[in-house]
Amino acid sequence: MEEIRSKLLEILISLHPDEDFENNHKLVDGKVLDSFDIVTLIAEINDEFEVAVSADKIIPENFNSVNALCEMIAELMEEE
Amino acid sequence: MFFTSYDFLIFLLVLFFLYYWIPGTYQWRLLLAASYFFYFAAGPEYLVYILTTTVTTYAAARQIQNNADRQKQYIKEQKELSREEKKEYKNKQKKIRFRWLMACVFLNIGILAVVKYANFAIANVNGLLETLGGDSQISYLTLAVPLGISFYTFQAVGYLIDVYRGSYPAEKNPFKFALFVSFFPQLIQGPISRFGDLSQTLYQEHSFDSKVLCCGLQRMLWGYFKKMVIADRILTGVNTIIQDTGTYSGAYIFVGMIFYTLELYADFTGGIDITIGIAEAMGIRVQENFIRPYFSKSLKEYWRRWHISMCNWFRDYIFYPVSISKRMQKISGFSRRHFGEKVGKRIPVYLSSFLVWAATGVWHGANWNFIVWGLCNWAVLMLSEELEPVYEKFHKRFSLGEKRGYQIFQMGRTFLLVCVLNLFDCYSSLEDTFWMICSMFTKGNWQILWDGSLLALGLTRLDYLILALGVILMILVSLWQRKGKVRERIAEKGYPLRFCVWYGLFLLVLLLGAYGIGYDSSQFIYNQF
Repeated sequence: MEEIRSKLLEILISLHPDEDFENNHKLVDGKVLDSFDIVTLIAEINDEFEVAVSADKIIPENFNSVNALCEMIAELMEEE
Repeated sequence: MFFTSYDFLIFLLVLFFLYYWIPGTYQWRLLLAASYFFYFAAGPEYLVYILTTTVTTYAAARQIQNNADRQKQYIKEQKELSREEKKEYKNKQKKIRFRWLMACVFLNIGILAVVKYANFAIANVNGLLETLGGDSQISYLTLAVPLGISFYTFQAVGYLIDVYRGSYPAEKNPFKFALFVSFFPQLIQGPISRFGDLSQTLYQEHSFDSKVLCCGLQRMLWGYFKKMVIADRILTGVNTIIQDTGTYSGAYIFVGMIFYTLELYADFTGGIDITIGIAEAMGIRVQENFIRPYFSKSLKEYWRRWHISMCNWFRDYIFYPVSISKRMQKISGFSRRHFGEKVGKRIPVYLSSFLVWAATGVWHGANWNFIVWGLCNWAVLMLSEELEPVYEKFHKRFSLGEKRGYQIFQMGRTFLLVCVLNLFDCYSSLEDTFWMICSMFTKGNWQILWDGSLLALGLTRLDYLILALGVILMILVSLWQRKGKVRERIAEKGYPLRFCVWYGLFLLVLLLGAYGIGYDSSQFIYNQF
């Protein structure tokens, strides 16, 4: 999980370098990540972790925090 | 039966009385009967369309749900299956569910396309044939566009996709589902509700609570004020300007676009206030469709605050699935290899949003103006996206972002941009729109703003005064909304003030509403969509 977390943080910081992703738990609700960011993020996640994030996974609960994103990725890796 | 007709008010009065008089278990049934009565009153011939959408979507959703349940049961029972066998079985079942989904989506979007866009397609084909020198022309269809077809079709399709995705189980009761599709307050202009949201309160039993009823009536009253005092009054000026392109150009277009943007806001948000108010009076929660859109500091922000339910629909059911699809990922990979990492990453976003904005334009009407309007929005949004690093550098250099004056400038800039884009909505041809926009910069007749010419647009001095006060009131209410719900804050005040506010508003609608001789309360703009 730690490996997922550090790789994910790298991706997120490349999107918004000034954002404190570790402590923000409202990335979608707080409008930090917009729809364009989410699409870019998914493409990066798909490439980096060799998973396929489907449209039904795109709900604020899965994208609001680094923890939620890690859990979703781990779940998808498990399914693969 | 318009929201602004006396028939509708009598219909509501009877409905509210019956709703709280009958046992709670029958309330949703009464709403279903009322919704179908409302739709029947609009035209009995339209019933077949809404019934087809209801029946086919209900059946397809049940098939998808049954298949998903069977799959779960099978996996649970067949414990000896290997991981690969399970995966293969799941994929096979998913394909079956996908076929149900696509069959139903194609049927319903097909109906919408035929009734709404067939003549537009025929006109274009005929134009092409004429250009190529052919003599033959295709005859136009004589199909009436059913009331609210875009709204209820999108709502039903959204429900079906959600069931397919497993967001919530399919509704078992066909009559409850029929109510979700036909719920009359939102049938003609939205919002495009999600089943997961609306169903939480739509089928519940609601006992009479005077506070709830009053709260709903207050919201309705505010909606009627915006519609009848502002939108219907300013309509005269808008029509005078846009219906005579020969006489009214240059600065008149500037005035016309401001008028139209105000009319659109007062009309659409007023209609949604009435919709939400009616539902609220019966204890039903309908989602908000606007969050003070003209306080947006960019076009991107504006589209997060305007017609939210439609924007979310396009985002969740078109933008996301298309932009993360395997095909788009391949295109992205190809672009990365040939045009570099930076461009490759943006391609899926740009192509998908192009599709979404073209679809948004088409959704608004069967006319090239709407399509170009959608694509202009797309172009501005993409340009803003590209210029984002420049803006960031600019803001860091000059630290203007937090300054009040600069924020007001940003709001004014966004408002004017929206006004210009709205001109595509006003004129019926691209040529007229183009020349009218150009004339604003070339005609130089700005003296009409102060030489009394504006009094020849069908609006008197009193009309302008009422409009100005109405707009100031709308702005003040929007400013108050930022600090919390206005109605709740008024409710905390003493009785004399509350009495003055609500009865004052009621009197304003009664006395200043644009009806009577010379006025005819018009249909809501979004009814035509």
